[in-house]
Amino acid sequence: MPIFAPVGHIFLTFLALVGRVTVFAGRTIGHMVTPPIYFRLIFKQMREIGYFSLPVVAMTTLFAGMVLALQSYSGFSRFSAESAVATVVVISMTRELGPVLAGLMVAGRVGAAIAAEIGTMRVTEQIDALVTLSTNPFKYLVVPRVVAGLITLPILVLIGDIIGVLGGYLVGVNKLGFNDGSYIRNTFQYLEQLDVISGLVKAAVFGFIITLMGCYHGYHSRGGAQGVGQATTNAVVSSSILILISNYIVTELFFTR
Amino acid sequence: MSNPAKISLRNVHKAFGPKKVLQGVNLDVAPGESVAIIGGSGTGKSVTLKCVLGLLTPDQGSITVDGIEMTDASTADRDAMLAKTGMLFQGAALFDSLSVWQNVAFGLIEGRGMKPRQARDIAIARLEDVGLGSEIADMSPASLSGGMQKRVGLARAIATEPEILFFDEPTTGIDPIMGDVINDLIVKCTRELGASAMTITHDMASARKIADRVAMLYKGEIIWDGPVSEIDQSDNPYLKQFVAGDIEGPLDLDLKHL
Repeated sequence: MPIFAPVGHIFLTFLALVGRVTVFAGRTIGHMVTPPIYFRLIFKQMREIGYFSLPVVAMTTLFAGMVLALQSYSGFSRFSAESAVATVVVISMTRELGPVLAGLMVAGRVGAAIAAEIGTMRVTEQIDALVTLSTNPFKYLVVPRVVAGLITLPILVLIGDIIGVLGGYLVGVNKLGFNDGSYIRNTFQYLEQLDVISGLVKAAVFGFIITLMGCYHGYHSRGGAQGVGQATTNAVVSSSILILISNYIVTELFFTR
Repeated sequence: MSNPAKISLRNVHKAFGPKKVLQGVNLDVAPGESVAIIGGSGTGKSVTLKCVLGLLTPDQGSITVDGIEMTDASTADRDAMLAKTGMLFQGAALFDSLSVWQNVAFGLIEGRGMKPRQARDIAIARLEDVGLGSEIADMSPASLSGGMQKRVGLARAIATEPEILFFDEPTTGIDPIMGDVINDLIVKCTRELGASAMTITHDMASARKIADRVAMLYKGEIIWDGPVSEIDQSDNPYLKQFVAGDIEGPLDLDLKHL
């Protein structure tokens, strides 16, 4: 049947892509644990990926926390459960909104930048030049970015969680009329370590995905400026989708009894 | 053999899907010899060079460097080969994120573990070798002209004092006078190092100046190979057409759309 041929072609292309990404990830992990390791480049990338993403993550989580307080207050007031607002804000931020929002924002900012930078290096033969100068491009370009993503995303998310809770607190106390002491007490009363830890594990997974997809698409870009643009788009789209899929998988691993 | 080839290609084939780019390339480069591979666009010059460097893997055939087979070489053998080579890329391929001196010193610092302070002194000496002053050492490569970038690329290629130098279209994209300067520098640097050189170019003036021997690549095969002095005496119709730059002749120029 002619209609099955394109479906089969798309499916096979997809499987080949999954295979290539898996091999790329395997090579990356292999190079992560064997010398030489460029610590200087890891610190540089931590600054690029983590420090410079702080403003965008802070803004996103601040407003997410504020909106969450408003929405949960308005919803919970229907059955007189307004006192749960602080708890809902902190659990939602730490488990879900902190890591997912930070992950998506960093995917847009950092994933695109990594794909564009490595993609440009590919099409201008800078990656070939690295090889001829006895330097492994995986160790020099890919590993520092992926390690920096793994380390800095949990730190970013932890800061984002705190700022998100602060946003909820500001709205709760100043707009919704909560007592500040009781709001803070309610925030911590039902918060469990696992809520925070699961969010940080998600952040590390997202950090790996964002940097890996940025590096993968940049490394395999072809065809000049258009190819680099395509690589950038693919990096952001694929890492965003993988963030949402892996978010479900990690949530199920942590919270399904 | 009393004087084995520095680089030897035997029956090298490489295809990209249905497109057969190399179809049995045979070529030797002797120690200290400079060979230019000439040919039109799309004849497989860059692919040949990338196969020798290990950036592409041939489908078939043998490539040896100093007698060591490179097509199935171990990582250690390939690293050892790359440690004694230098390469000038067509667009210079300087690293945007590093300054000029860091580019030149890259192979010394990252490849050989030299201290940056010592490597910087060597980098500045190499920049002077290619006619560039120390005042550009801290500049970004993006702020240099095309000719200066090529010279920085040349300084980077010779910084580790390699035994083998590769030049990919060294005069493409720059004006004829700067092209001549680059040619002179290539000859000077290659002679001073006593290095073997493999150049790919479609610029005959450059090939005549740089090379001891010229090999013409056409449709994935070497169709003529001889000393530079014999180019003009050759009766090979393909070579004669290419050297003269004629549209009429046996070369299939793929101009059907014109």
